[in-house]
Formats: sequence, structure tokens, C-alpha cells
Amino acid sequence: MAVAERAVAQAGAATQPLLEVKDLRKYFPAGRGAWVKAIDGVSFEIRRGEVFGLVGESGCGKTTVGRTIVRLYRPTSGSVIYDGIDVHRAPAAQRRALHRRMQMIFQDPYASLNPRMTVGDIIGEALDIHGLAPSRKARAERVQELLQTVGLNKDHVNRFPHEFSGGQRQRIGIARALAVDPEFIVADEPISALDVSVQAQVVNLMRKLQEERGLTYLFIAHDLAMVKYLSDRIGVMYLGRMMEMATSEELHRHPLHPYTQALLSAIPIPDPDVEHSRERIVLQGDVPSPVNPPSGCPFRTRCPIAQQRCAEETPAFREAAPGHFVACHFA
Amino acid sequence: MAQPLLSVRDLHVSFATYGGEVQAVRGVSFDVAPGETLAIVGESGSGKSVTMQAVTRLLPMPPAIVRRGQVIFDGRDLLKLPEPEMQKVRGGDIGLIFQDPMTSLNPTMTIGRQIAENILKHNRVSRREAFDRAVEMLRLVGIPNPRERALQYPHQFSGGMRQRAMIAIALASRPRLLIADEPTTALDVTIQAQILELMKKLQEELGMAIIMITHNLGVVAKLADRIVVMYGGKVVESGSARDVFYRPQHPYTAALLRSVPRLDADTSTDLASIPGTPPDLFNPPPGCPFAPRCQWTMKICSRAEPEFFVAEPGHLSACWLHHPMAEAQAQRRAAAEGGVTHGRR
Repeated sequence: MAVAERAVAQAGAATQPLLEVKDLRKYFPAGRGAWVKAIDGVSFEIRRGEVFGLVGESGCGKTTVGRTIVRLYRPTSGSVIYDGIDVHRAPAAQRRALHRRMQMIFQDPYASLNPRMTVGDIIGEALDIHGLAPSRKARAERVQELLQTVGLNKDHVNRFPHEFSGGQRQRIGIARALAVDPEFIVADEPISALDVSVQAQVVNLMRKLQEERGLTYLFIAHDLAMVKYLSDRIGVMYLGRMMEMATSEELHRHPLHPYTQALLSAIPIPDPDVEHSRERIVLQGDVPSPVNPPSGCPFRTRCPIAQQRCAEETPAFREAAPGHFVACHFA
Repeated sequence: MAQPLLSVRDLHVSFATYGGEVQAVRGVSFDVAPGETLAIVGESGSGKSVTMQAVTRLLPMPPAIVRRGQVIFDGRDLLKLPEPEMQKVRGGDIGLIFQDPMTSLNPTMTIGRQIAENILKHNRVSRREAFDRAVEMLRLVGIPNPRERALQYPHQFSGGMRQRAMIAIALASRPRLLIADEPTTALDVTIQAQILELMKKLQEELGMAIIMITHNLGVVAKLADRIVVMYGGKVVESGSARDVFYRPQHPYTAALLRSVPRLDADTSTDLASIPGTPPDLFNPPPGCPFAPRCQWTMKICSRAEPEFFVAEPGHLSACWLHHPMAEAQAQRRAAAEGGVTHGRR
């Protein structure tokens, strides 16, 4: 989509969210009639041009949410509405068009690039699938342009993924996602496999691209500091449910859910004086199994303020302050 | 410093590969005092894990070759000890914890037996006493129902509990030095917080020294008394935790600290990133390993290896900027980076 066209679309759709996730559920079979409830009723919206961060610990379902949105999984129930189109119920022709508009960046830059394809073909394949390169020359030019956009040498088109470092591979993954000129990118832990000094390079690149192209991101990560850095709003997940959602400043300054509070408190800050003077909430125990989650509030088994009511009644995800949602009886 | 418990001197470790010799550790020296926590910080490929594997003689040789160096523990050079002697030290006076507790525990043996095995190896006790002490160790590391849990296998434990079990094994022999290689990297943050609190508490109770190998600067800030920063197989900076965090001297340390986002920091500006990638250790560049990525690099940096300069007592940095002849460049750096007070609140 051309920039001008996009601006018009943005003006017209300013009030309507770009992406709506409605009561999404995804259960995976765990054998013997048991189900892993990876996502158990999650709803949120992402506005155009926004960066929405999704955080949580391993097994909370954040990756499953991202993968279900881009149709890598079919939901058990609920829906994903992208710009008015139901992603999982749209006819095939419309789905292909959708995939040009939404792209994904994967966590592992070692596993997500085909080792037998050259970088030029990895990026060019996206152009071929969507018929975006009218000639060989146009395709080669576009690939070179994309490599430069992500800060790689344009002469490296004929190299293979193993010839690149982790950070460079993640740039290739980003170039592949950008090839079809998408509006919306799901980035699933794009930096957690990278070294600290290289993480900043990739995050800065993602931020620059977002600002230049007006991209919308769903940024999935467990590193709350990095998520806060990049996101406008943040959702916190635990055992397949959304526990809290607010702007990143608000979530950091006034976390309402005991889980969010514990999560923020658990992250060590790289400053010895701060670390030594801090009071830390240390949660007891481990995350329960998503095959057999606790009744009521899923966090109650580790919650420092849990009461009888938490076991009996699932707390509603309610708006505690304007734009600040929380699922806790006592927040 | 009082008599060091462990003293590593000029350690050189290489790996023979088909592509040539990888010089993973190139002249590393540091000391650990009794009861202190030393953090070895570095990114992948910096040589931090290889250094500690050489110290504990856990490197497969070949392909590894210890080219040079001494590792003095308790007056003895560990690199010269016969293997049976070394086995008494390892798991005895030196306890070890690794990153991935699932691959470090024996899946076919109950947790209690694995702890008891270590107690039996290093103490003259009966099997029954060893098992009782194993249960006691599990209680110490905060595992509920330790007597029942001791009869379970690793797969019945969660990730955090497995790491607690690893700590129990390492501490069962009451070591004077605990070496922890990325002990919380595989864990979620709320579990990481539990393990770090536990390590801190146990250190206070048992008075052992800890060498913590990590890339997580938050973990370092929480636990470390002193810090050794490694890059490209060399130590580039060392000092007390406050020296290194608040007055980083080496450009790599300073850049590394700036590249980490903080929860309590402003998010409107770009993160400081370090351009480029770490050096290729098949063919390490002469001079400073950080020179190709350094913002303040000078001609000398890629020609001669910088020596250690004492920035303040106990705070060393291997950088030519500290040389009197580099004063003009050092001043430019000080002006741009606001002196060397980065990170100070």
C-alpha cells in the first residue's frame, strides 16, 4: 500500500482498532482426553500504528496468541478480526491478501531460515508468492533494497544463513517480513536468542522501521524491560489468561494485579545500589500445569493476597481505571 | 585482598578444529577471595564458560588444549593435579551448578540418591546418614516435603525445583567455592528471583565464595561483590560491582551497560547499541579485541595489546585510553559520555 493511501486509511480508521482478538481460546490435545488450555479466553485490541507488548512467563500462552493471530493455529473458539475481516473464517482469496498485510518474525534466527536457501531467495520467496516482483531485475533490486533497509550488505544476497551471525540472521528475518510491505507484524521473542549488545541493534531497527513505515506491532517477549521500552500498551498473561492490560507507563507505575507486581519486582535492575535497597516480592512455588489449571483465578495458588473467593469465582477482566484493565477481585 | 581462595594466572585455552585453532581464552587472570561473590560477565564467545571449565578441568581434551597458565586453589595448581585428586576437589571443595538442570541431573536416579552420592563420595558416612543429609539439603534449598521428594526422579521436578536440587547436590559437600554457570538463564523471572534469593541466603549461612558466570547484568547487580568483564577471550575490566557499574572504564563495559534497557529508565531515546559483532577467535585481531567495534579506537588499539591500567584501587581496565599519551582522545570520550559516571543515579 502506498504511503498516501495508507494515510487515508489511517484517518478513516482512527477509531476502529486494526486488530481485535475476541474471547480467543486454543486447546491442544494432551492425550487421554486431557487438554492443554494454552489460551483460555483472551480479548484485546491493537490500534493502527500501535506497539502492543504481550508478556508472561513460559507456558502462559503468549506465543500461541501470536501464532493464532497469523493463522498458524486454528482457534478452538473465539475470533481474530483484522481490519474488519475474520482471519479464520475469511474465504481463501481474502486470506492470501491478509497474509500480505500481516507478517511474523520468529524467535530463533537459527531455525526459522531455510539453511539451503540463499538470503536472496529467502527474502525473494515472499515477493514471488504474492507476485510482487514483475521481473528478475525488479526482484533483485527489491531484495537488495530490503537488505539495506535492515542494515545488511546488499552484496550478500548469494550467501547462506550459516554465514551470518545471530543478529544478522534476525535482520534477514525482519527483511523477509518487510518484503511484502505489511502493515502489521507479530514479533515473537525476536531478540531473546541474541547477545545483549546485539539485542539493542535489533530493537532500535524495529523501532526505526515502525516509526518510518507506521507499522503496527504485536511484540511478544518475556523481558519486561525490553517490552516496556518498545511498547505503547502492554498485556500481561498468566496460564492462558490476560491478567492486566494498560499503557506501558501506567503498568510500570501502578501495576494493579499481584502477579504483575511480582513480575516487575522479580526483574533484577542492572544497578547495585537499587538492587540492594529494593524490597522484592518473591513468589512461592511454580506455575501450575495448564492441563489442570486452578479453579477461579489461575494465579491464586501463588498469590500473596488470595482468599477463598479467588478459588470459587473467576475474576472478571474489568476496567479499573480508564484504559487500565485487570482480572483480580481485590485490585 | 586477603589470601585469595582461587587465583587464575595467565590462562590460555584453545580448541583444535578442522578449521584451525580457536583461541577461546587468551591470557585470563583473576582472584577470588574467601566468601566473596565474583561475577564473570561476557557475551557468548567471550570465553567465560571455557575459563571456568578449564579451572574445574571439565574441558574435553582433546579438542581443548590448555596452552599456558596456573589455577591456584588452596596452594595447589589444579591444572597439575592427577585426575583422582582433582575428583576430590571437584564436587568437594568446589561445587558446580550448570545452566540446564535437566541435562545435568541423571534422569535414571532419584534426586535423593544423587545428592547422597556426592555426600558419600566426600565423607565417611553410612548410606542411611547420607540419605538423611540429602533430605536435609533439600529442605535447606526450600523444597517442600523433602523426604518424599528425595525419592522422586528429575522429570517429576519443575525447572526451578531441578535447579534447587542441583544447588543441593553442589552444596552437600559444604564447598568453599561454588561455581555457577548461568544458573538462572533457563528459568522464568519469578523463579530466577527465588533461586537468586536462595543463593544469597545460603552464601550468608555457609560462608562460601561464589563465581557466577552470566550475561545478565541485573543478576550481577543483585549478587556480585566484584566483577570481571570478558570480551574476545580476554579480561577487559575488573573491579568492585559499584566501580564497574557506576564508573565503567573500558569502552566495552560502558557500551554494554548503556545497551540494556531498564524498567525505571526513559524510553523515548534509542538504546545505545554496539555496532558490529564479536571477534572471530580463529584469527583474533592483534591488539585490543574490542577495537573494531570501539567508538574511541585509535591507531595503537589494533596494533598492540593494551596493558591493564589502574583506574582506582582494585579497579583495572585494559584500554589504551588510560595511557597518558591518549589524553586528548580520553577527554573527547569523557565529554561525550559525560565523564565515566555512567549508570550513577
